[in-house]
Amino acid sequence: MVGKAVLKVDELSTHYLTGDGEVQALDDASFVLHKGESIGVAGESGCGKSTLAFSLLNLVPPPGQIVNGSINLDGIEVTDLNEKQSRKKIRWKKVSMVFQGAMDIMTPVYTVGHQMVEPLKYHKGIEGKKARAICEKYLELVNLEGGIFDRYPHELSGGQKQRVIIATALLLEPDLVILDEPTTALDVVVEARIMNDLKRLRRELDISMIFITHDLSILAEVSDNLAIMYAGWIVEFGSAKQIYKDPKHPYTEKLIAAIPDIRTDIERLEYIPGVPPNLVNPPTGCRFHPRCHKAMEVCRELEPEIYNIDGVKVKCHLFSEDKEIAESEEAEYETAYEDESASEAYEGELGEEEVVTEEE
Amino acid sequence: MAKPLFKARNLTKHFDITQGFLQKLRGEEKQKVKAVDGIDFDIYWKQNFSAVGESGCGKTTVGKLMMRLLDPTDGRMYMKGKDITELSNKQQIKAYRRQTQMIYQDPFSALDPRHRIRTILEEPLMIHGIGDSRDERDDMIYEAMEEVRLTPPEKFLRRYPHMLSGGQKQRISLARAMILNPDFIVADEPVSMLDVSVRAEVLNLMKDLIDKEDITYFYITHDISTTRFFTDYIGVMYLGDMVEKGKVGDVLDNPSHPYTQALLVAVPEPDPERGRGVKKVPIKGEIPSAVNIPKGCRFHPRCPHSKKICRNKKPVGKEVGKEHIAKCHFAGEIEFDLEVAK
Repeated sequence: MVGKAVLKVDELSTHYLTGDGEVQALDDASFVLHKGESIGVAGESGCGKSTLAFSLLNLVPPPGQIVNGSINLDGIEVTDLNEKQSRKKIRWKKVSMVFQGAMDIMTPVYTVGHQMVEPLKYHKGIEGKKARAICEKYLELVNLEGGIFDRYPHELSGGQKQRVIIATALLLEPDLVILDEPTTALDVVVEARIMNDLKRLRRELDISMIFITHDLSILAEVSDNLAIMYAGWIVEFGSAKQIYKDPKHPYTEKLIAAIPDIRTDIERLEYIPGVPPNLVNPPTGCRFHPRCHKAMEVCRELEPEIYNIDGVKVKCHLFSEDKEIAESEEAEYETAYEDESASEAYEGELGEEEVVTEEE
Repeated sequence: MAKPLFKARNLTKHFDITQGFLQKLRGEEKQKVKAVDGIDFDIYWKQNFSAVGESGCGKTTVGKLMMRLLDPTDGRMYMKGKDITELSNKQQIKAYRRQTQMIYQDPFSALDPRHRIRTILEEPLMIHGIGDSRDERDDMIYEAMEEVRLTPPEKFLRRYPHMLSGGQKQRISLARAMILNPDFIVADEPVSMLDVSVRAEVLNLMKDLIDKEDITYFYITHDISTTRFFTDYIGVMYLGDMVEKGKVGDVLDNPSHPYTQALLVAVPEPDPERGRGVKKVPIKGEIPSAVNIPKGCRFHPRCPHSKKICRNKKPVGKEVGKEHIAKCHFAGEIEFDLEVAK
């Protein structure tokens, strides 16, 4: 089923150059996506998932910029394009995106149709009845009636709006659709239906998809490959089946364990103590070490390399071929597991503030 | 059987929709949103109860009624045997709220951004006139902070809400509710805005407090997957009615109302070996408006098993097991196997 590569990302780094320093939101991401394949990107909030998506569209909001690496989208080097070129050449045509909170994306003062035809008008010069016919065809594909075309956004339910956005993303038949938390704000029943539709569309239209979410349980159903992100790094990448069955990275292990099971009674839920780090000053060595339950001495000092274990790429010292590293002593420093409130992310902000407020 | 801590009988809340002058002149009947339409349930001491359903099914309205934030249109509620629907003046309601507290869905907007954490936690004490001196109140604040494991408290007390992560904010909301030593907490989707990894942490913490502080929760959620872990009883709500209720294990293992079955099938399957195919979610369309509730069984237009009787006759609660009641004409007759459905 492996077709040609649609997307090749190589050592991609995107940083935000803020006044407080450089936020290393995405560091050294590399992966390949083939035609018809889907990748699920998972991780907690603030781990660089959305930054990855924005980078692929060359749409990183300032002060962010792609500082290193390459994105090869069907032969086009995205990082070389300027704003105007990316709009003309790649967005909607090659790659389209369904944004987080897409339900609020439509302007309330125009009809659904008015907003839907825009990409057709801009890219292909199709207008009027012809454009309408195309839109209606895609609305039907996502299980909506063509009549929705004349309605206003406030007349639709959340699920319907989300479907309209998905239909719009498909209009120009892109090779790749990126969906950023497509169902987060929806009820479970509606979510299940939309996921069903996405599964079907992927098969029928043979498009590649990238799903971004913090909820790993949704990804199991739709992705061929998984990319687990933590603090700007892809810490594990490989086939979804393999990762769910046998997660390698301690972070992945915990993320999967945190999913509650409806079949069995459990006393306690697994969780990951602490919060993702501030990416202006990420932890030294492995960025996950302060929260890791398997942390070793070496993790604090040395950034792990990416190891290939049975086709799964893992960025963790546990899998080092160097025996000395892989069997390094257990950490003697405090991890979040001992001190549950170890979240120093906002310390800097507090420091400044304490000076001002002594008079209280 | 022990006496219930909280009892609701025929609890009803209808909202009038404002109508125009012309409609009034014509003498048209007033339109009503039937948010909660005559529900009964019991909550026992330290046995959490969860209300589950899609948006618009009335679960939040039930929570607000229980807090007396809304006045019920009809029906009675009893707390420890005392009729709380009769509380009329401000003092009585205030005294009631000292033992019944609420946690809201969105931790990002439930805390005043201009107040420091200390002020936020002190407010309930001031309102209820607890603690004579600042030091005494400080002790209580410290205790509450330690209870929700935000330690050391000094580190957090001077911060503003925006300096905390989502999980920490929700723990502050919990501390604010706990500081009055309540018996009963209404938790309205307390973890739905949080990351999955943090969700588990907050739920574990809330669960620990049940035994430590003798708390009972009414847990409102649309995510049926967390109920098994967190609660003992479950009530599935649809369009203002509680269509199925019982012990959480009984309801989830043997769902007897088609709506409960649909909710269970819709839960994402975290095992790629099992959930790859297109699922058959056994339910059609979306939740209708609570203004025009379908005649007969309110679920019949979306129900895959609907027959003639469902269109004409309102189903009554049928006992399908011990303490397990489903409001469906065919309860106990519909075969359902979660593994097959998925």
